[in-house]
Parts: sequence; structure tokens; C-alpha cells
Amino acid sequence: MSDAAIQVSDLHKSYGPVEAVRGVSFSVGRGEVFGLLGPNGAGKTTTVEILEGYRERTAGEVSVLGHDPQRRDRDLQERVGVVLQSGGFHPQLTAREAVDHAARAYPHPRDAAETISLVGLEDSADVRIKRMSGGQQRRLDLAMALVGDPELIFLDEPTTGFDPAARRTAWAAVRALKELGKTVLLTTHYLDEAQSLADRVAIIKDGRIVAQGPPSELSPDSAGYKVSYVAGGSRVEHQTDDPTDLLHRLTGDALARGERLEGLEVARPSLEEVYLELTASAEDPAEEAP
Amino acid sequence: MSASSLAWAQFRLERKLFWRNPSAAFFSFGLPLLILLLTASVYGSGNDNLDILIPGVAGMSIMATTFNAMAFNVTFRREQGLLKRALATPMPLASYFAGFLGNAVVNAFVQVGIVVAIGHFVFGVDLPHDWLELVVFTAVGVFAFGSLGIALSQAIPNFDAAAAYVNIVFLPAIFISGVFYSSTSLPAVLNAIAEALPLKHVVEGLHGAIVSGSGLIDNAGSLLVVALWGVVGIFLSVRSFRWE
Repeated sequence: MSDAAIQVSDLHKSYGPVEAVRGVSFSVGRGEVFGLLGPNGAGKTTTVEILEGYRERTAGEVSVLGHDPQRRDRDLQERVGVVLQSGGFHPQLTAREAVDHAARAYPHPRDAAETISLVGLEDSADVRIKRMSGGQQRRLDLAMALVGDPELIFLDEPTTGFDPAARRTAWAAVRALKELGKTVLLTTHYLDEAQSLADRVAIIKDGRIVAQGPPSELSPDSAGYKVSYVAGGSRVEHQTDDPTDLLHRLTGDALARGERLEGLEVARPSLEEVYLELTASAEDPAEEAP
Repeated sequence: MSASSLAWAQFRLERKLFWRNPSAAFFSFGLPLLILLLTASVYGSGNDNLDILIPGVAGMSIMATTFNAMAFNVTFRREQGLLKRALATPMPLASYFAGFLGNAVVNAFVQVGIVVAIGHFVFGVDLPHDWLELVVFTAVGVFAFGSLGIALSQAIPNFDAAAAYVNIVFLPAIFISGVFYSSTSLPAVLNAIAEALPLKHVVEGLHGAIVSGSGLIDNAGSLLVVALWGVVGIFLSVRSFRWE
């Protein structure tokens, strides 16, 4: 995959005896919005911080826009935008001053005023950051990441703590990034966020990826399809990985008996069901290794 | 933009930040001057004690504008995520720190200049006999106290605790280092402690430059002690630097 923006293979990260990331592999294509989904403490932030160049990996291969991020090459930093989970501002500056200053370090920055408008802060551009609301500061954070006109943007839990309206606004901003052709790596512990923004998601748990693919096609290894129908007044349910064969038998039997399969449904588990099944199990993590 | 023009841009931002934070500006600029004016008024113009006080407060000012300011500032920036952001942006770290440290250097020199000027024009203390010595001791003092301030910030757990950490070092240091009165009147133990620390040596060098006229050669021992503290500060800072 030469066109991958991010390529991670068998990434490991230990903090002393604690293994935070235990063999994570995925790749993100250019122009793709990729969601890293998982409960708190699953290893999302550690993984992203390795890709951002903040942490050194213990083992594995990582490539971000063709660079090894832990070398923190200036050429790579010019092409990447990082949205931090919080802060990173001088409270005495205005949003305009902060964005203006950040723009200087990039070879082809976006216009600062345009960037501020892009995140919807034009009305508070000249307000001191300390007087801005938490939501406005998060949007400023996005502006700081975008002002360098990066190819790739890291969004680490971009809507944690947002009210529903602010959340919708942030989602619109992420979709706007996709329309601009940017690659986005998003971490979140909100399912609906991953479902509505990401082209593909990886579910991470206990430092391992337990499932990955487009949100609509994700399924845990065990569940597959759910086929159900009504017989004798109650609903009969079958789980199968191969619905073609099962349906053939069910419909064949029904035809042979001259009956109808009332209320026949073939369903894929929703992302929520997949997520809950994958992340709630208390099995030994070693048994989940692919 | 080149690394040097980015350093200049960072320096100008730092100046702006400094003046927009009135309480920090007061503690590093205003407080030493207030102490100078109040103490000097007690002594009265022409008093011999002023020959101790003026270089003493100049030395204290160097410590306040670098050691205290760095300890507060680095702790604040770490806590605010500013250092973490600096690490991820293409602004070269050398440019970032050049602008950041340059601001403290300018503050220290301006402050020493103000103290010397007040000493001369308000209280009748001589103008410095040895300007080169004044500049050299200010520069080496900035180096030592700046690096020690950054080193101390690594031990400060959060910004709320910074004032306690800074003052537990700063206040005893100014009382035992001959800032307000001649350190010869101190108990031997305290004097020995002061001899081992850098502030007393900075003050001695400034005293030589401003008052006594004893030159750099005479004060080479003091210069060496201060410079060694600077090396210790750099070593501790680099070894333990925390970006977040």
C-alpha cells in the first residue's frame, strides 16, 4: 500500500512492566477518515501519541507520510496537524495572535483569518483566550492544527465533554476536512461519532485491535449474521457466518412443508452490539489474539 | 521562515506575553524595585549601606527575572500543554527556546540597568567603575539562575505549587547572600551555605563592578562558582526535562 498515509505494523509500547499497546497493526489511506475506537485506557492515546511523535515505540514498524514519527523531522511536522486533548495556549493571547504565530513556522500556511472562520471563531478572534469558553478553545485547537494546511490531522477525542450541539459542529468540521481531501485519524470512545465520521474504524481493547473495517461491515468473529423468523407464534433466531447456506436450508425446508417463513429477517449486528460484545468480555486478552 | 527569524518572532511574542501578565511582571520587575526603594529610603542618600544594597538588589533582580521567572514559566507551560504543542509543531525547538530565554535575558539586563540608574541618580551611588565586569557577571548570573530555574521547574509538580518551591529557595537565598546587609555579619554556618550558592558570588562580582572597582581577575573565583552552578543547572534540566 504505497498510498497509505499511515502504516502501523505490530506496534508495541510498554511503560515499565505495563504493556499499553500489544501488537497493533492498521493502515490509513490518504484522504480517509479512520477512527480508533475503544474504552478509556485501551491504548488509543498511546498509539496516537506514537504516531504524533510524542512517544517512542517499544517495538514494531510505524510510518507516517513516509516518515518515522519518533525522529520528529521538521518536514513531517510541516505536513501534520495535531489536535491535543486539551490546552496548549497562552491565555493572554487572542485567538488571532495564537493562530498568526503558529502559521509562521509552516512553509505554506493557510490564511489565519480564513482558518479562524473555518472553525467558526470569527466572532471571538480578538478575545483573549482565557475568556473563551471550553468549546471555543477546542475549536481554536483545531484552527492551530489546520493553519499549516496539513495533509494529515490527528484528532484525539475531539468531542469529549461537548454538549450535543457543539458535537454536531465539530462533526461538521471533520466532514469538511474530508471534503478538503485531508486524511484524519480520530480517536473516540463514542460509537456514534465513529459511525458517523469514519470511513473505517478499528476497535482497540487492552492494547490490541479486536476488529477493524468500515463501521457498517464490522462484526465480531463469533456473531456474523442474525437470521430470524416467526414460527408457532414466537421468533426463532439463528446466528451464522454464512447466511447463504442457512437461508437456503430454511427456505428449502419451508417450501417442502408448504409453509411461509413469517417475518423473516437477516440482520448484521449494529456497531454498538459489536462494540459492546468485543469490549465488554472479561476473557483473558491472550485468547483474543488474532 | 528561517530558524533565526522564527526565534525573533518567538522573542517578540514572549515580550508581549510578559507585559500582558501584570502579576508576573510585578514579581520579577516591580518587587525588587519596591524593595530597593523602601530599603534605600531607610538608609538615606549617601549612606555606606547603599554600596551594599545597590549591587545586592541588582543580584537579587537577576535571580528574580531568571530563576523565579523560569521556574514559574516552564511549570506553567508544561501544565498548559504549551511545551507539548511546541514539540509537535515545525517551529524548531532551538528557535522556541531562544525566544523564550532571550526574553528572560533582556529582563535581567534591563532590570540591572534600572537598579544601577536608580542607585546613581536617586541615591548618589557611583556609576559602575567596570562596565565589562557588570555585563559579564550579569550574563553569567543569567546563565546560572536561568538554568537552575528550569531545573527547579522539573521538581515542581504543578503551577499552584510553584510559588512555594520558588520562594523556599529565593527568600533564604536573598537573606544570606549579602543583598541587604554585609554577609560578614552572618553566623558562620549560614555564611558557609551562602558561599556554596551562586547568589552571593553574583552580588560580590556586581559589588566589584559597581562599587569597589575590584576587577574580573580579583573576582575570578566568584565567576567560576556561578558558572559551575550554570553547568549543574543545564545538566539537571536536560536530564530531567518533562514536556508534559
